Amino acid sequence: MIVLKVFVAWFVLTFSVSSVADELMQFSSALNKTRYQSLIEELRCPKCQNQNLADSASGISVDLREQVHQMIEDRKTDQEVIDYMVARYGEFVLYRPQQSSATILLWYGPFILLGLGFFTFAVVLIANRKKREALL
Amino acid sequence: MLPEIGQFSLILSLFFALSLAFVPLIGYWTGNRLLLETARPLTFIMSFLVLVSFVILGWSFAVDDFSVLYVSQNSNSQLPIWYKLSALWGGHEGSLLLWVLILVGWCSAVALKIKTLPKDIGPIVLSILGMVSLGFLAFLLFTSSPFVRLLPNAPADGGDLNPLLQDIGLIVHPPLLYMGYVGFSVAFAFAVAALITGSLNSSWARWARPWTAASWAFLTLGITLGSWWAYYELGWGGWWFWDPVENASFMPWLAGTALLHSLAVTEKRGVFKSWTVLLAIFTFSLSLLGTFLVRSGVLTSVHSFAADPTRGVFILTLLLILVGGSLLLYAVRAAQVRSSVSFGVTGREAWLLLNNILLTVLTLTVLLGTLYPLIFDALDLGKISVGAPYFNTVFTPIALLLIVFMAVGPLSKWHNTKPSVFLWPCLVSAVLSILISGVITFIYEFNLIAWLSLSVALWVVCLSFGDWFIKVSAGTKGIIPRARQLPRNYYGMLLAHLGIVVTLVGIVLVSLNSSESLLRLSPGDQASVAGYEFRFDALEQVKGPNYVADKGHFTAYKNGLPVAELHPEKRLFTTRQQVMTEAALDAGFTRDLYISLGEKLDGSAWGVRIYVKSFVRWIWLGGLMMMAGGLLAALDKRYKRRVNDHA
Amino acid sequence: MRKFLLFVPLVIFLILGTFFYLQLGKDTQYMPSALIGKNVPSFKMVSLKTDQVLTQDDLPKQPYLINFWGTWCPACHIEHPFLVELAEQGVTLVGVDYKDEKSLAEQWLAQKGNPYTMILMDELGRFGVDLGVTGAPETFVVNASGQIVYRHQGPINADNWSEIKGYLQ
Repeated sequence: MIVLKVFVAWFVLTFSVSSVADELMQFSSALNKTRYQSLIEELRCPKCQNQNLADSASGISVDLREQVHQMIEDRKTDQEVIDYMVARYGEFVLYRPQQSSATILLWYGPFILLGLGFFTFAVVLIANRKKREALL
Repeated sequence: MLPEIGQFSLILSLFFALSLAFVPLIGYWTGNRLLLETARPLTFIMSFLVLVSFVILGWSFAVDDFSVLYVSQNSNSQLPIWYKLSALWGGHEGSLLLWVLILVGWCSAVALKIKTLPKDIGPIVLSILGMVSLGFLAFLLFTSSPFVRLLPNAPADGGDLNPLLQDIGLIVHPPLLYMGYVGFSVAFAFAVAALITGSLNSSWARWARPWTAASWAFLTLGITLGSWWAYYELGWGGWWFWDPVENASFMPWLAGTALLHSLAVTEKRGVFKSWTVLLAIFTFSLSLLGTFLVRSGVLTSVHSFAADPTRGVFILTLLLILVGGSLLLYAVRAAQVRSSVSFGVTGREAWLLLNNILLTVLTLTVLLGTLYPLIFDALDLGKISVGAPYFNTVFTPIALLLIVFMAVGPLSKWHNTKPSVFLWPCLVSAVLSILISGVITFIYEFNLIAWLSLSVALWVVCLSFGDWFIKVSAGTKGIIPRARQLPRNYYGMLLAHLGIVVTLVGIVLVSLNSSESLLRLSPGDQASVAGYEFRFDALEQVKGPNYVADKGHFTAYKNGLPVAELHPEKRLFTTRQQVMTEAALDAGFTRDLYISLGEKLDGSAWGVRIYVKSFVRWIWLGGLMMMAGGLLAALDKRYKRRVNDHA
Repeated sequence: MRKFLLFVPLVIFLILGTFFYLQLGKDTQYMPSALIGKNVPSFKMVSLKTDQVLTQDDLPKQPYLINFWGTWCPACHIEHPFLVELAEQGVTLVGVDYKDEKSLAEQWLAQKGNPYTMILMDELGRFGVDLGVTGAPETFVVNASGQIVYRHQGPINADNWSEIKGYLQ
């Protein structure tokens, strides 16, 4: 039975008239494709509620994806693509906010909190040790 | 006539909520037992009245009563009956009614179990829950009544439910999510009752534990289902987007997880008493904050309801009264709490403290990222976005650190632990996990992050089973009797911790080992993605109950053998003229095949997205395990005993 | 010290509450343009009417509006009569026919009237991207020195015109 299935599948795949599909976007290298993918995931669609360029089906996202694709193939760096988008659509399009004096708290806040947390941990443990020594 | 009865029933329940909020409290302050004992019947009547209006609204949906504005906005006569019924919570007003129904449901559950509580605590807990109910009933009635009528000009048909919501996901996701969200109100009520009565000993923690575990289990399931729904419904295979509204449900989950653990310490050892009270308030406040963010329109999200500033003002006032009031009470009362118990550096108390600190930092991180754009805008600094790249960078390392410690904690003993207890299990687990994950990473050519994460995952697995083995092999009774003696609580913990690991493995593999292709395909074409051959067999036009669709027929082959048939659709919903992508997927234990139709290109060609997603099911499998663990802990026998048994 | 610490959660909550209050009722959809205070970007585009290549030097020297429209855009149908009215009042309008076809655009203008002093053909939407446009209709206010001072998304109508007019100095 399995042999038959394999044969049928082989037959279908080999002799049917089928062309192999093209990728909708062609890249000159695998690296470019990866860069493109991660860039459109980090850029926000300027028109949508809250979607990145990769997930959005809106017209402007299609245009901007094509723009990113072209800039990458034109050997522009990631930063150049980002600067291009920010110049036109503002900081709003970056899902990864750029580091500046206004976003310091955003980027370092969690680690400051972590430090505070460890500090509290130490304080509580030391207080406990003192309490126990007092009891002895 | 019926909708008016529904409205009237809601108004009546508001009065009962008002009585429930104050009468038992007055009874408590004046020492009047009779007034205290009204709490239970008041709760039941209030709940029954809300149930009546909920059923009436459901009925209006079922019989297509489009004279009701809310029904006409969210339903349509063409809609299948199960979507008509779930359309009840498809919009702001109805989902708020569901919120209230679930809230009074929890109130009734507490009222049913009131005998397990001391005589003066139970009514006060119900009273606090009555205040929360009062607030939300008032919100529902004054700003968002679902029973507003369009008489005498009732439309002939309704505007239809958003096609995105015409799905099994909408039927189950919101009720479960709300069960969790709202369930934290019980722990909140216990904490506030403890503050009011001044009985901030460890017993309130024992009462609150099963309720918290149950709500946590529901919230876990709700979030898991939401993630799964987004994955197949939105058509691009994402399962978590760090959208503000998702974060709004994730924050109470994180805080609730911390609460579960700190309740355990407070109950067993009587330490961290005031911290646990604060955490209970904090967790429910985050639930309320989520409700505010979703319904006030202050944030831009794919999930938010139509915004209305008056609603925003109302919820903000509610938030101010409930959260501000309880925090003020806390600030005044918690100073009296002094802990007399002490513990050592290696005691389980210290490990659970670490757990709480890390979970709190994680909660605040999500809070910071979610609210930063809002604060930025409020200060007129401009518009920024904080999304997945930020959270992945900042949240992940702290979460991994937490998971590493999560594995070690269960080995420890209360008060103090001999270092040798940790030494061997940790050493063996570290070597095993680093080696095994190293081999896997080498074979599959993963990167360093994958190695690290898989090591962490295996580390937890080794230590969890190691800990279980040490526990059951100690003593002389034999393994099976010992294993049966371990409490459900313990197995719940084990299951939930392993669930975290299963989810972690899913997340790592789906993000590192998945393939995605956006292809141009005509019927007859084939494409190969990640070792699978996909053949576009045919395209046909089909007609659904309220839509027409282009339906693709695809067959996936592996090594020449057909493994799956997939039928993605592009649907046009006729009432709203809205196009929806209905992805097709073949689910598997180690991989999902996922196809969605994009745009129609020239000729017979279509843009087609094909994904092969590695281990994506594990993300939700882990969620289910966590939920089961939470339920197991909630059903631990210890909680069933009554108060007088302890006396 | 301990007593003071217990008030910290309340204080943080009140501060957050204040921010929430400030944000209520704000239009979260409103997006300020990134080009406010900047000059109109340089371009080379074909004129719909004359088929000549135009550049930024051909733009009007007095304050004017740049209006993005297209025959495919339903909201532009609603907006168009109001633009005709504005043109009659003497407002200078530069039209950008955005991602559209020439023949359709000519037909549209013949039927509905032409409020524009010049119309640029932006068939691929490149100029639109340079101006940070996300759809149509969208309108920019440019002052006499050629700087963009305001951007409006969505159709202009009698209700919002008074605000836009304020920028047109």
